[in-house]
Amino acid sequence: MSLDKATVARIAHLARIRTDDAQLDALVGDLNNILGFVEQLNEVNTDNVEPLASVTGHGLPMRKDEVTDGAYPERVLANAPERAHGYYAVPKVVE
Amino acid sequence: MSELLNLSLTEARDALKAKKITSVELTEAYIGAMEEGKGLNAFITETPEKAREMAKASDAKLAKGEGGAMEGLPIGMKDLFCTKGVLTTAASHILDGFKPEYESTVSQNLWDAGAVMLGKLNLDEFAMGSANITSYYGNVENPWRRSGGGNQKLVPGGSSGGSAAAVSGRLAIAATGTDTGGSIRQPASFCGIVGMKPTYGRCSRWGIVAFASSLDQAGPITRNVQDAALMLGAMAGHDPKDSTSANLAVPDFEAALTGDVRGMKIGIPKEYRMDGMPEEIDALWKRGAEMLKDAGAEIVDISLPHTKYALPTYYIIAPAEASSNLARYDGVRYGLREEGGSLIEMYENTRAAGFGDEVKRRVLIGTYVLSAGYYDAYYLKAQKVRALLKKDFDDAYGQVDAILTPTAPSAAFAIGENQDDPIKMYLNDVFTVPASLAGIPGISVPVGLSEDGLPLGLQLLGKPFDEETVLKVGHVLEQAAGFDAKPAFLAGSK
Repeated sequence: MSLDKATVARIAHLARIRTDDAQLDALVGDLNNILGFVEQLNEVNTDNVEPLASVTGHGLPMRKDEVTDGAYPERVLANAPERAHGYYAVPKVVE
Repeated sequence: MSELLNLSLTEARDALKAKKITSVELTEAYIGAMEEGKGLNAFITETPEKAREMAKASDAKLAKGEGGAMEGLPIGMKDLFCTKGVLTTAASHILDGFKPEYESTVSQNLWDAGAVMLGKLNLDEFAMGSANITSYYGNVENPWRRSGGGNQKLVPGGSSGGSAAAVSGRLAIAATGTDTGGSIRQPASFCGIVGMKPTYGRCSRWGIVAFASSLDQAGPITRNVQDAALMLGAMAGHDPKDSTSANLAVPDFEAALTGDVRGMKIGIPKEYRMDGMPEEIDALWKRGAEMLKDAGAEIVDISLPHTKYALPTYYIIAPAEASSNLARYDGVRYGLREEGGSLIEMYENTRAAGFGDEVKRRVLIGTYVLSAGYYDAYYLKAQKVRALLKKDFDDAYGQVDAILTPTAPSAAFAIGENQDDPIKMYLNDVFTVPASLAGIPGISVPVGLSEDGLPLGLQLLGKPFDEETVLKVGHVLEQAAGFDAKPAFLAGSK
């Protein structure tokens, strides 16, 4: 399976990374190189193998559903590039 | 000054407890060393004033016969750990100006144990790299030079390159690292020091800038194995804020260093003898096995049949998790923002300007393998092979107590080498990645020098949560190897 420029442009848009034409050319080569490398996994028979998502060997710990943290908006917003009236500010979304 | 810098972490601990030295003296020596070693570019942020305050507080405790396991010991913190009020960058432009409002659990554990912070150490951007050449804050230089090879600058390995260079060149008495596919062990090997990745779940990941959450683990980078045992004990422990943190007591790791490996079984996996591996690495590996045999261990040939599939598995799973973790850098909540005509343009411009080339490559690969229609073929397939890789180790540990391998397929290379092709760089981690995927503990111990006078490490792997065996065997290997070569740059040696 090999990626073409249009597909890489689509992936870059999905990942929300602006890429110009020259960058796309370089990325097509790099990404195909990496995908070619990982395709050797197709040699491995994985019939009846359960996928491994976690190596911890323990389940997720549970606790009571209650508020344990919060109520410090100043600290939450302290690193925001732009803020207004106690909220994060972003470019206008709805006209 | 140089006598103070000569002390290892555990030697300095003993000298502080015995009131032969003070933390202020020791810390001043390292502040001077940081100044002397600026050329290595090991630190992104230096915090000498904070270090002086912490040292003074430690001396007050030590004077009363109080203090924790790391009381008064000046260490460097990889700049992937969030430190309250201190710039935290992950070596990325996208975290410009980010000063966390909270402290990572591992760094908090170290401060609670009395450690003193010298500053934040350079790394590959978001810990993605094996040579510390992807940092927005510039390359880190290895304190070692090839013998007779001119004065060519070498990489320290990565991603914990600043940590390894700082400990090797004595700009810090020890440092934290994080290891996702080899980022503690490989730089330790390149810089002639000890690096330990504990079992996944031994150290909390809370407050560590996330790269690949099912693989990331924190660990110590130190001058010797006993130092690693001390520091790991201070870093580790259960943390309710990390759901993957293991609810297990932390053993006294130093007590495990008995020097006795008689009757222990050490596995030599035949699949780690790779085509094109330099003869000197193979020879070093055989020497290491001989040393353990002479100490009374039994050497057992084993097989880890899926080893060759570890790297391709890793290069699906790690970028997939990274693409998801790095979605949070959107120019809204922290760090860099590049304006755009719309919200989406703002996201795209911010991420284009904020991420470096290697990070972009991995985010894009990760986005692709997780995208509709490709998930099963790539991500699910990789998770299945990961299960087989883990089973390889489970089977092997039915026969042996620990496994000995080389740490890396080469010694440190020059800045600029291996940069033409991402895959070539990825191959650096061929011996370290399998243990990361299986979540098992591993340590790199310096054992010898390459033909051109550069350090080479061997790696010991253990069973899950059996760091004690890894440390015990690593200590015996270290004693037998007697590695005492010194880098070209060593602070305080002039």
